[in-house]
Amino acid sequence: MMDFGSINPAVLIASLMVAAVPIMLAALGELVVEKAGVLNLGVEGMMIVGAIAGFITAVSTGSPVLGFVGGAAAGAALSLIFAFLTQFLLTNQVATGLALTLFGLGLSSLTGQGYNGIKPPHTGAVPFGPLADIPFFGRVLFSHDWVVYFSIFMVALIWWVLKSTRLGLIIRAVGENHDAAHSLGYKVNRIRLGCITFGGAMAGMGGAYISLVRVPQWVDGITSGAGWIALAIVVFASWRPWRVLIGAYLFGGITVLQLNLQAAGSAIPVEYLSMAPYLITILVLVIMSSGRGKASLSAPASLGQNFHASS
Amino acid sequence: MTRDILLDVAGISKSYPGVKANEDVSFKIGVGEVHALLGENGAGKSTLVKMIYGLVKPDEGRMSLRGKAFAPSAPSVAREMGVAMVFQHFSLFEALNVAENVALGMENPPPMRELAARIRAVSEEYGLPLDPSRMVGDLSAGERQRVEIIRCLLQDPKLLIMDEPTSVLTPQEVEILFKTLRQLSAEGTAILYISHKLEEIRTLCDAATILRRGKVVGSADPRQSTARELAEMMVGATLTPPERKATAKGDVMLGVTEVSVASPIPFGTSLKDVSFTVARGEVLGIAGVAGNGQDELLLALSGELKTAPDKVRINGRAAGDFGPAERRRAGLVAAPEDRYGHAAAPDMSLVENAFLTGAIRRNLSRNGFIDWPATRAFADEVIATYDVRTPGNHVAARALSGGNLQKFLIGRELDQTPEVIVINQPTWGVDAAAAAAIRQAILNRAAEGAGVVVISQDLDELLEIADMFAVLNEGRLSKPRPVKGLTIDEIGLMMGGAHGMEVAHHAEA
Repeated sequence: MMDFGSINPAVLIASLMVAAVPIMLAALGELVVEKAGVLNLGVEGMMIVGAIAGFITAVSTGSPVLGFVGGAAAGAALSLIFAFLTQFLLTNQVATGLALTLFGLGLSSLTGQGYNGIKPPHTGAVPFGPLADIPFFGRVLFSHDWVVYFSIFMVALIWWVLKSTRLGLIIRAVGENHDAAHSLGYKVNRIRLGCITFGGAMAGMGGAYISLVRVPQWVDGITSGAGWIALAIVVFASWRPWRVLIGAYLFGGITVLQLNLQAAGSAIPVEYLSMAPYLITILVLVIMSSGRGKASLSAPASLGQNFHASS
Repeated sequence: MTRDILLDVAGISKSYPGVKANEDVSFKIGVGEVHALLGENGAGKSTLVKMIYGLVKPDEGRMSLRGKAFAPSAPSVAREMGVAMVFQHFSLFEALNVAENVALGMENPPPMRELAARIRAVSEEYGLPLDPSRMVGDLSAGERQRVEIIRCLLQDPKLLIMDEPTSVLTPQEVEILFKTLRQLSAEGTAILYISHKLEEIRTLCDAATILRRGKVVGSADPRQSTARELAEMMVGATLTPPERKATAKGDVMLGVTEVSVASPIPFGTSLKDVSFTVARGEVLGIAGVAGNGQDELLLALSGELKTAPDKVRINGRAAGDFGPAERRRAGLVAAPEDRYGHAAAPDMSLVENAFLTGAIRRNLSRNGFIDWPATRAFADEVIATYDVRTPGNHVAARALSGGNLQKFLIGRELDQTPEVIVINQPTWGVDAAAAAAIRQAILNRAAEGAGVVVISQDLDELLEIADMFAVLNEGRLSKPRPVKGLTIDEIGLMMGGAHGMEVAHHAEA
């Protein structure tokens, strides 16, 4: 077996919670989008635009909170392009989403010129006073910045909204059968527009967390595939918010573990370790989408189909 | 009996590019009246009720409800004014439960727990038992319709629109539905009942307005008129029933032995031990309420679902492990129900669609290349023989009306000199004259020696063309019986009766 001796479990858990925040926020946003029947593959693009926009906002205002707001706004703005193309011009969602990712990568690289090597303002831990000093649990539960708690709060919020509110019911109905929703008088395209924008904001905020907290600086291609992992987590979670939390922590755990193993000088070559999260993403997607599994049943029935009112 | 006027429709017109869906339509519905709107497919019934329900705005004309001007801009406005509608293709959400489905159709639904209690209360009152917590995807077609009806009843409607409500029901379920509708009518709710089934209208309705090509061509008291009079007003011509030549039974062309396959369709029905044989020249009619395994049976016969080799035998050859192309080569052609996407590639031209299934039996390819002249000739032949109305063979399948495309698709299969023919819903959405032509063509092929399996939800159609009759119920096929001597009651029982609904009405009576 590998040597776990040099890895402290409390630190490991605490750091996986931090590592999971970007993919969790992005996956939660995408979950709402997909629940409404829209497949937006532009998560990676929205994340990285959120990362650079958040970074620039935070650096120029000096406020990390405003940075997150800026990241969310930029992600939402980019998602509006997607919404306009797919909901009103009825373009193909897969192609448009992929284009959005390519566009986002290019746009972030362009606007990020001159921001290399700058340190963003620090986002500190929420002061829990003596609670943070509890052995083990203090480190795991009470040593984080506000975005970690926000992300968990959003899991609960989205779960509650989708399950128990009329808004959630309408979102699910639109994603399940848009023709029926239309014949009952719901504005399918408008509801989807709202969900897409929300998904963009969440992805942008997740991206901002990478450039403001995780790394924290600006480099080209900083999200390095986190958006794709977020997409995989939505499928892995069978479109359920609490499973998104589990999925994000699992993937966050793998990321942190491979870093720790590298640092601990594991016998496995570094390349394989850095590959691990992506390999597992592919594996999960293949298993979950192999057709006959339960995943195909819990997917929203209108997922990826454009709606056009024919009458 | 004179009634106060509830809804007055005066001079309504609506055009779509190229078609006048409704032209100067006027009629009146009294309070508590059961009013039939009668017409063939494409006569403009659906457009008309969509305007009353606020889904479509009329180009001209006006409506009034209880003497006040009525121009609903959206379904929510119509619902608020007391108009409710049960759709032909249900506006339900399979992955949501009954209570959630009902809540989506209401303006201000109460909290879920209270709503569930009210659903229970109303469903008991009208003899339509329903469990609010069940997933709609697991319900039968009849139960789904109850969800729609209860959704309407909870809003205390003054006018209930029902678009072809009985097309998915067993005869017993139709009885129960009619009881409920009569109860509603007696309580003062008017019902606008859309159908092309004349006997139903004669037993249920107080008045009828007949539409043809978007115009009102007459009104009648259905209780005083004969079915024939109504039919001739509706079609505008006299109809001849298909004729058949008696043929001696020949060898077994298709033998199916204990086929059990899991359904590949979400919320589908698996086939359980299905066995039957079809002889040369014989037509086997398979009835059943939608969703009882019809689609799966077609897949298993067409070769899209495979079985052990000797479970399906075509013309004596074991063919269970054959795919669709090999089965065509062996002599079996299949026409699925879903026209857009399964039977046809909607965005491809008629010529290309003709090639897709005709290539093998009509030798439309040479050395791996498409023989375009031969394919075009084949498409033209089908278009001419089956009276497909189209500007040409280059038109995309999507551009044809449902009935015309159906004629093309059925013709495409029948003109491949098949030995075995499997058709699901041959005349669904086709007008009466074209339906008669399709049935005649099927019978002609049978007379020429093909074995035919027709899966249909139209009992009258099956009784007209089939020699043997069987019913699919929850994936099981009843033992085929000769059509001669079968009664509608027997058929209803074979179809699974009323799915446990009798009890409620007995208790109430």
